[in-house]
Amino acid sequence: MKKRPGLASMLAIYRRELLSYVTTPTAYVFVAVFLFSIGLFTFQVGGLFEARRADLSAFFAFHPWIFMVFLPAVAMRLWAEETRSGAIELLMTLPAPTWSLVLGKFLAAWSVAAAALLMTLPLWITINILGAPDNAAIFTAYLASLLMAGAYLAIGSMMSALTPAQIVAFVLSVLVSFLLTALGLPLVLDFFSGLVGGGVAEVLARFSIMHHFDAAQRGVVEFRSVFYFVSLIALCLGFTTLAVDARRGG
Amino acid sequence: MLLQVDGLRKTFGRRVAVDGIGFSIDVGEIVGFLGPNGAGKTTTMRMIAGYLEPDEGTAKVFNIDITQERRRAQERVGYLPEGAPLYGEMTPWSFLRFVAETRGMSREAARHAVRRAAQDARLGDSIDRPIDTLSKGYRRRVGFAAALLHDPMLLILDEPTDGLDPNQRHAVRDLIKKLGEERGLIISTHSLEEVEAVCTRAIVIDQGRIIADKTPAALIDEHGTLERAFAALTRGEERT
Repeated sequence: MKKRPGLASMLAIYRRELLSYVTTPTAYVFVAVFLFSIGLFTFQVGGLFEARRADLSAFFAFHPWIFMVFLPAVAMRLWAEETRSGAIELLMTLPAPTWSLVLGKFLAAWSVAAAALLMTLPLWITINILGAPDNAAIFTAYLASLLMAGAYLAIGSMMSALTPAQIVAFVLSVLVSFLLTALGLPLVLDFFSGLVGGGVAEVLARFSIMHHFDAAQRGVVEFRSVFYFVSLIALCLGFTTLAVDARRGG
Repeated sequence: MLLQVDGLRKTFGRRVAVDGIGFSIDVGEIVGFLGPNGAGKTTTMRMIAGYLEPDEGTAKVFNIDITQERRRAQERVGYLPEGAPLYGEMTPWSFLRFVAETRGMSREAARHAVRRAAQDARLGDSIDRPIDTLSKGYRRRVGFAAALLHDPMLLILDEPTDGLDPNQRHAVRDLIKKLGEERGLIISTHSLEEVEAVCTRAIVIDQGRIIADKTPAALIDEHGTLERAFAALTRGEERT
C-alpha cells in the first residue's frame, strides 16, 4: 500500500536529515556553541541579572544576531552537500516531488534550531524562581524566535541550493540575513533615508527581521509579523524548490 | 515495448552532449552503452532516468513519457548513478528504508522490499554496518539494491563495475545477468570484456550520436574483436 507520495517522501527525508544531524557533530557543535554564545551575550552584554527585572528581554534581544551567523552554518549543507557528494542524482531520480524534499530537509534543520531553543528553558525556569515574569509574553517570544529561526534557515536553504560549495552558501546566507536584519536599525535607516528618502527607507524597514521580531520579543503578537515570517519562509523555500528543479535543465 | 527513445538531444551551453539519439529496449535485453569519455552515455542515461530534461525528443517507459509524466515514469525505472552515491553515515538497511519510503512505500512494504532487494543484491551481513566502512564492491551492491527496491522492469546502471576488483566485478556481472533475465537493462561501461560477457546488444555512442547498434557477436564478426570494433567506430574523436 502506498502513502501520499509527497507526504511520504517529506517524512522520509526529514528522518534521514535528522539522523544525519545527530550522527555527525554538526548539531551538537551548533547547540553547544549557540548555548555558550547566548549565555555570554545574555549575561555579559545584556546584564540579565544586573537589570533586576523579571523578564528575558536581555536574552531574546541577541537572538537575531546569533541566529544570523549560526543558522546559515546549519543550513549550508542542506543542498550543497548533496551536490558535492553526487547524492542529488539519487534524490532527483526518485519519484518524489521536489517540494517534499525541500520541506523535509528544512523541517529537519528547523528541529535542530528548536532543540537548541528548548535547551535554554532552564533560563526561563530560573527567572520564575527569582521573580514573577509575564510567562505568556516569554512564551510568545519563544514562538517568535522559533519562527525567526525558520526564516534564517529558509534563507540558508535557498543559498545552499544555489551553489555546490558549502562555504559560499554560508557566506551568502550570512550576507542576506545581515541585510534583512539590519534594515531595521536606526543607523541603517538613516543611511537609506539619505540615499532614497525617508518614505522609502520607512518601507524598507518594514521588511526587516528586527522590525518584526521587536514587538514579538516583548510578548506582543502581531498578525503581520507572523505573516511576514511565514511568507519569508514560504518564499525562500519556493525559490529553493525552483533552484533544485532548475538543475534538471543542466 | 519497455523503453522507446526518440530524438533525444541535450546541449550544455554551446556543447552538444547528445544529438538526436533513438533506440528501443524490450524485456530480456541487456544493452551495453559503449563510447569514449564525453560521448554522451551518462547524459543519455540521466535523461531516461529523469535527472536531466532533454532539450528535444522523448523517452517513454511503458509508453509513459518521462518529459510529460516524470514521476510516473520514474516509478518504473531503477537507476544506479555513476559512482553509486550513498549516505555514508547510514547503514545499508536504513539507507534502503529511506529510499523505499521516499518512493512512497508504507513502512511494512518498505521492510519487505528492503529484505528482498538486499537478498537479490547479496548484501549479507553488511546490511547493518555503516556504509562508510564497506568495501567499494559492497557499496555498489547497496546502490544496486536501491535501484531494485521497487522491482522495476527497466534498470539503468551507469558504470556498475567501475573501480571494482576482478572478484567483485565477476559478482556484479553475475547479478546483472540474473537481473536481465526478466527485465530490460542498460549498462554503460568502458569494459569491452564486460559487454561481451553480459550484453545481448551493444550501442556505440560517439559525439552524442549512435554509430552502431548491434549484438556484440555481430560487431566481432565485422571487426574481428570488440576492441577493433570500438577503435574503428570511435576513431573520429582521436582525429579531432
